[in-house]
Amino acid sequence: MASAELEVEIVAADHFVWSGPATMVKARTSEGEIGILPGHSPVLALLGEGELAIQPVSGERIVVAVDSGFFSVDSNRVVIVADNATIGDSVSAGNR
Amino acid sequence: MGAQIRVYRQKISSTTSMRKIFKAMELIATSRIGKARTRVAASLPYANAITRAVSAVASQSEIDHPLTTEHTEVRRAAVLIMTSDRGLAGSYSASVLKQAESLLEMLRSEGKEVKSFLVGRKAQAYFDFRNRSYEKAWTGGTDAPEFATAREIGTALVDEFITGYEDGGVDEIHVVYMRFRSMVTQEPTVIRLLPLEVVEEETSNTSDLLPLYEYEPEPERVLDALLPRYIESRIFAALLQAAASELAARQRAMKSAGDNATELIKKYTRLRNTARQAEITQELSEIVAGADALSAS
Repeated sequence: MASAELEVEIVAADHFVWSGPATMVKARTSEGEIGILPGHSPVLALLGEGELAIQPVSGERIVVAVDSGFFSVDSNRVVIVADNATIGDSVSAGNR
Repeated sequence: MGAQIRVYRQKISSTTSMRKIFKAMELIATSRIGKARTRVAASLPYANAITRAVSAVASQSEIDHPLTTEHTEVRRAAVLIMTSDRGLAGSYSASVLKQAESLLEMLRSEGKEVKSFLVGRKAQAYFDFRNRSYEKAWTGGTDAPEFATAREIGTALVDEFITGYEDGGVDEIHVVYMRFRSMVTQEPTVIRLLPLEVVEEETSNTSDLLPLYEYEPEPERVLDALLPRYIESRIFAALLQAAASELAARQRAMKSAGDNATELIKKYTRLRNTARQAEITQELSEIVAGADALSAS
């Protein structure tokens, strides 16, 4: 499992935001911060308002501002579902 | 005789200007339909993700959540009817209302009270004209729905559902909308929104077994947050489909209206020519008759 990478997908209510491979996702849940590395056990958690950070396999770290939503992790697939999500500046569109 | 020609001329010119309007509306609908379909497609990832999560939560944990449990006795139902704001879309609103009417009939025959919620001015006008009561109506922007509207509707409906029967709440919620199958077929569809029947999608794929999630915070609170979102996304999906259907219906209606106008113009042009010819013939025979009378005397 250690060799794997995360498959990340971010969707907002009415549009698709970002997807791609990543080595780490850091998110803020309603309880506190959670960091997800490859091989994480399945989790379904509520997102708190704030920023979440994604470290893609290649390229700069991506910061996405989200308000409420939830995210799920299972077998290295991270799906982040937010009501509104905007990719922070200093990031080019990423690999869509 | 001259009066008749003038009438035909007037009809031709008014039909021509109407045809211009129909053509313009057809073109507008055609250009918007692509956008509407893109929005339907764009809302799919969210809907899929949320459906998957809700299925996972609902299938594993036997959580007794108010939104998933069927009320033992259904005494009052809410119906959400989605029509358009504006007309000139053929039978679009009429067929949705017809479908809604038969649903209402069915619910009443089962002895349920019905509360109506309306989307679109056409539905509102329909209810107002018949002096029927409705709980709430959302109008404006049916051809380009916003997610905020879906959220508002979702909140209102979930509130109704959570409220007990004794306090005026409802036991089930139905939605009537026009489903967009293709550019040429749209069909009025009824779905039951609540109590939830989680739509299982492509679960036949065995490698795609739903994982055993850990929850953060407790499963109940996750469900609390998930289910309203699920409802909202279902409503939003229905609104988007309805918008695409409305535009498709309008485009078709305007196309046939334009064609009919062309036919009419052709017909009136022929009639006008006949009338003009008749006038000329009559004038000629009058002149000839006059000349004859003069030379005879």
